[in-house]
Amino acid sequence: MEAAHETPSWVLLAYLVSGICFILALRGLSSPTSSRSGNRAGMIGMAIAVVTTLAVHEIASLPEILAAVAIGGGIGLVTARRIQMTAMPQLVAAFHSLVGMAAVLVGAAAYLNPGAFGILGPDGILQVSRVEMGLGVAIGAITFSGSVIAFLKLNGNMSGKPILLPGRHVINLGTLVAILGLIAYFTQDQQPWVFFTVMALSFAIGFLLIIPIGGADMPVVISMLNSYSGWAAAAMGFTLHNSAMIITGALVGSSGAILSYIMCRAMNRSFISVIAGGFGGDAIAGAGGEVIDRAYKRGSAEDAAFLMSQADQVIIVPGYGMAVSQAQHALREMTDLLKEQGVRVKFAIHPVAGRMPGHMNVLLAEANVPYDEVFELEDINSEFAQTDVAFVIGANDVTNPAAKTDKTSPIYGMPVLDVEKARTVLFVKRSMGGVGYAGVDNELFYRDNTMMLLADAKKMVEEIVKNIH
Amino acid sequence: MDFISILSIFVLACFVGYYVVWSVTPALHTPLMSVTNAISSVIIVGALIAAASAASPAAKWLGLVGVALASVNIFGGFAVTARMLAMYKKKER
Repeated sequence: MEAAHETPSWVLLAYLVSGICFILALRGLSSPTSSRSGNRAGMIGMAIAVVTTLAVHEIASLPEILAAVAIGGGIGLVTARRIQMTAMPQLVAAFHSLVGMAAVLVGAAAYLNPGAFGILGPDGILQVSRVEMGLGVAIGAITFSGSVIAFLKLNGNMSGKPILLPGRHVINLGTLVAILGLIAYFTQDQQPWVFFTVMALSFAIGFLLIIPIGGADMPVVISMLNSYSGWAAAAMGFTLHNSAMIITGALVGSSGAILSYIMCRAMNRSFISVIAGGFGGDAIAGAGGEVIDRAYKRGSAEDAAFLMSQADQVIIVPGYGMAVSQAQHALREMTDLLKEQGVRVKFAIHPVAGRMPGHMNVLLAEANVPYDEVFELEDINSEFAQTDVAFVIGANDVTNPAAKTDKTSPIYGMPVLDVEKARTVLFVKRSMGGVGYAGVDNELFYRDNTMMLLADAKKMVEEIVKNIH
Repeated sequence: MDFISILSIFVLACFVGYYVVWSVTPALHTPLMSVTNAISSVIIVGALIAAASAASPAAKWLGLVGVALASVNIFGGFAVTARMLAMYKKKER
């Protein structure tokens, strides 16, 4: 506590300015035009926080610190430059895991050297600091191991299918209770075994919490882990009495929580049911088997090219399949050709299309699609009725009309894009066999106004491009 | 700073976060995640304090590793956000 009291007021103000810069960084994201200056504000805030910290502490090891920054920074910059836009969800998961691990390391360092952090009281570490530290380390460890699993699932090193352990709810709840109990006990007894058991159990629970969650629920998971990384930073900010860390932690924590909420709402699922996991495992075999023989219309690239070039308006609905086959550049070429023919082309994005919030928007931006041609579900849904062609590419469940009509469907009540109201629906899909993540058949395939284009998304779009004259 | 002042900052910042994040356009939700990632690495402050102190060699090394990890995130997070944001363009008229 002594050190905290001695902190000069300019230092407190500097951390406050740094916190304000971070608020501006997020505020800038309200529109693409202001976002770039917002990002710069974030960098300035970070520079202020780092320089202030280095300026007020006696530094026994400057060369080592600079080397650590150089190594880490170099890896970060190279990764940021090389990463493919389609791999963004994995990258974000990997970055989350680093924040979590950093929080654990800081917590452990504070435990081993409380004097440096100004949290040493007469009876060892101050009691309130022990709680903050314990929570920080626990949340950090959960963020780390959870993000590692999320990364492995998103990167395809681990199956996206949920892994269900028997009695997992009991195990998980028991572990959580044990962690909280040990943190409470830690205030009375600061022996190493208490601290390190909290850490170990937290690593375990992060792992256990994420393995039962299926690949399609990843947008929620990744937002949730984003939130956790914020709360971990905030808890460490409490330990260090550092306002920049507290403000940032609160911002990031709320940001992740809001994104999780938006994603859950877009799937009409409760947060609890996502966390409980198990959704989107094996396709419901019975339902899938019966419907495979239903009649559907199959079209060719020439048919699609003809229909679209005759249209007044075409709305393109991209989904995860577009990302998988990297079809965004070919798609942009197709829209350019259609525009030359006088066709109005718009994009419609469902909030959970892809594997993370805003995934489709980034891919379209990468392919140079202007952002004012890309619309969110609620802004464009009423336009399908006046649209000649809806072109669905790599999306499935988010277009399923059963969500509006079939009360027995697992996706009933989920907001969907009303593509079936367009005069013609062109549906690009690899084959008729596969089902969407919810494991339900899509009634849209068998409608009179639907034409199935069965091929790899990118190849199909390239074929269509060749046929637009 | 006493606990109550810190708690006040925290609670108010949660409210600021709530309103600021709802005003973020959904098209920029991916950059939002990468930039929040970068700024939450302000936890580097804690790692620097640990790394700078000579009192405990173990804590110093933990701190140095923390500094390196947080640096990956800071440089990588801001750079990848900048790269994404540079791609968002309006229609050429």
